[in-house]
Amino acid sequence: MESFIIRYRNLLVLLAILLAQIIGLAMQVRHTGAGRNTLDPNDGPGVRLIRLWADAVVTPPEQAIHSSKLGIEYMWQSYIDLRHTQSENQELKRTVDRLRLEQAELLEDALQGKRLQALADFQQKYIYKTVAAQAVGSSGSDQSRVFYLDKGSAEGLQRDMAVITGDGIVGKVRDVFPHSAQVLAINDQTSGAGVILATTRLRGILRGNAIGQPQIVGILADQRIQPGEKVLTAGGDLIFPRGLPVGVVDRVVRDPDRDAFIDVIVKPAAHLDQLDEVLVITSTEPRFSDEQQQDLATSEAVKGAEAAAIAEQKKASAIMAERLPGLIDPNLPPEQQPLLETTNPNPVVRPPQAVCPDRFTPGGAAQPVPPGCKNPVTDADKKAATPGTTAMPATPAATQNPEAPKRNPQP
Amino acid sequence: MNTFSGNLRRDLEVRRYPILVYAMTPLAALVLQAWLPRVLGGFAWFDLPLVVTVYFALVQRVPIQGTLMGAGMGLFEDALTSHAIGVNGIAKTLVGFLAASLGKRIDVENHTIRLGLTFLFSLLSSATYVFVYRGLLGINQQWTWFVDLFKAVGSTLIAAALFPALDRLQVRE
Repeated sequence: MESFIIRYRNLLVLLAILLAQIIGLAMQVRHTGAGRNTLDPNDGPGVRLIRLWADAVVTPPEQAIHSSKLGIEYMWQSYIDLRHTQSENQELKRTVDRLRLEQAELLEDALQGKRLQALADFQQKYIYKTVAAQAVGSSGSDQSRVFYLDKGSAEGLQRDMAVITGDGIVGKVRDVFPHSAQVLAINDQTSGAGVILATTRLRGILRGNAIGQPQIVGILADQRIQPGEKVLTAGGDLIFPRGLPVGVVDRVVRDPDRDAFIDVIVKPAAHLDQLDEVLVITSTEPRFSDEQQQDLATSEAVKGAEAAAIAEQKKASAIMAERLPGLIDPNLPPEQQPLLETTNPNPVVRPPQAVCPDRFTPGGAAQPVPPGCKNPVTDADKKAATPGTTAMPATPAATQNPEAPKRNPQP
Repeated sequence: MNTFSGNLRRDLEVRRYPILVYAMTPLAALVLQAWLPRVLGGFAWFDLPLVVTVYFALVQRVPIQGTLMGAGMGLFEDALTSHAIGVNGIAKTLVGFLAASLGKRIDVENHTIRLGLTFLFSLLSSATYVFVYRGLLGINQQWTWFVDLFKAVGSTLIAAALFPALDRLQVRE
């Protein structure tokens, strides 16, 4: 027996280690009602302990490397790469001035939006409390799209909090350690986020595929979905607030497992492969920072100044109106005021009377023919009655009203 | 034949390294494997823990050591992912055992053979990973073969630079 163990100790150790790992795997998998196996999303105490150890070993060196990288970048950008800094500084100052005004206006809109939302009894809030964090590491595996943050439970992070950037959503907090947190990106195969297509209003679940592209699954084939359509969070998953940008539709492919369904490949708005700084939404309670409060006060002051300026302009125009000459002269008695003058400085010009009115003269048919003038109507009738001669056609009034010549008798 | 077996004295030689190399090289591989994808984005097609496992298993030529090292590296990798702990562990346990077993039979001084073995072990590790996930656990996980092929090529290229550097660190008696 002893010789058997010694002889096959290599194989026995291999089998023992493999068996232990297989048993450990079996304890982490659960059978779903749909007949499929899935990983238990909640790690057991033993598994969590292993993850905690691994995180404790890897995260400090990662943070050191990341800090060194940031330090080198800072040194390079601050002390070495200073080309065009002066002109950029001037341009940025102008931009900051413009943006501060725009921000004040936007905050006003935000306040108004918040009031309107409260009126409509919406559950969603307009502004959220966030914690900024640095992405310091990843899983190192292309099968698991997770990354690590340098903030953890000590900074208020909790499981299932949404992680976003200024461009769009990134993922959700999967596991939290004292000073670090594991984030499951939206392009992981095990992730899931409720999304809605902005134009067609189709809803679906966003998750990653094998090559790390986020895709919306579970959508019936629909010809209306076109590349470029915006994708937003639907808000139904209780993780991501409604209306946050997710990305745009890249293309539509047929679901390989189900014929009637399609997968919508989404080009994410956030740069998932090169994340640096992210925001973790720690609370959906609305809040304004000190700077925003200050900007609001500035905005109010600007509004007050504008109102004062308008009042000043009205006052100045009243003074100018008093000084300029007008229709009412305060130095003249009321009966001599120019407003009371009845003579019209612009008389109506009337056209001169025709010497011999004819049928083209306004009202010519009704006027009596003066002596020495021919009667135009009777002459035309005579010419028309003569064969071989042409005559001007008679006016409708002359042809249709046989009484006209009678009322204009030739003297 | 001499290419694969080398001379007898050299085959029986077991390399020794400073204790710092044993401690820091696997740790550096794990840290860099976790950090570099943040810098390289979606082009991090390599497996540094596998390269280190193959190297030490080949030069140590002790299957139990190779098995334990592979298991430790794999479990550590699994702990950093969102997946079950043990999938990479099984894959790298097998790789460590096979590399150490082969190290007793081939000439590990031959650089080309070591690189070829690294490429093959990388493919074996990926295949084992997929088999454990789909076959043993029955979890429907999408998989693309070309990513694993790229990863094998990337690991081989890194091994081409790393193996000679680690060779220089061995203790000569």
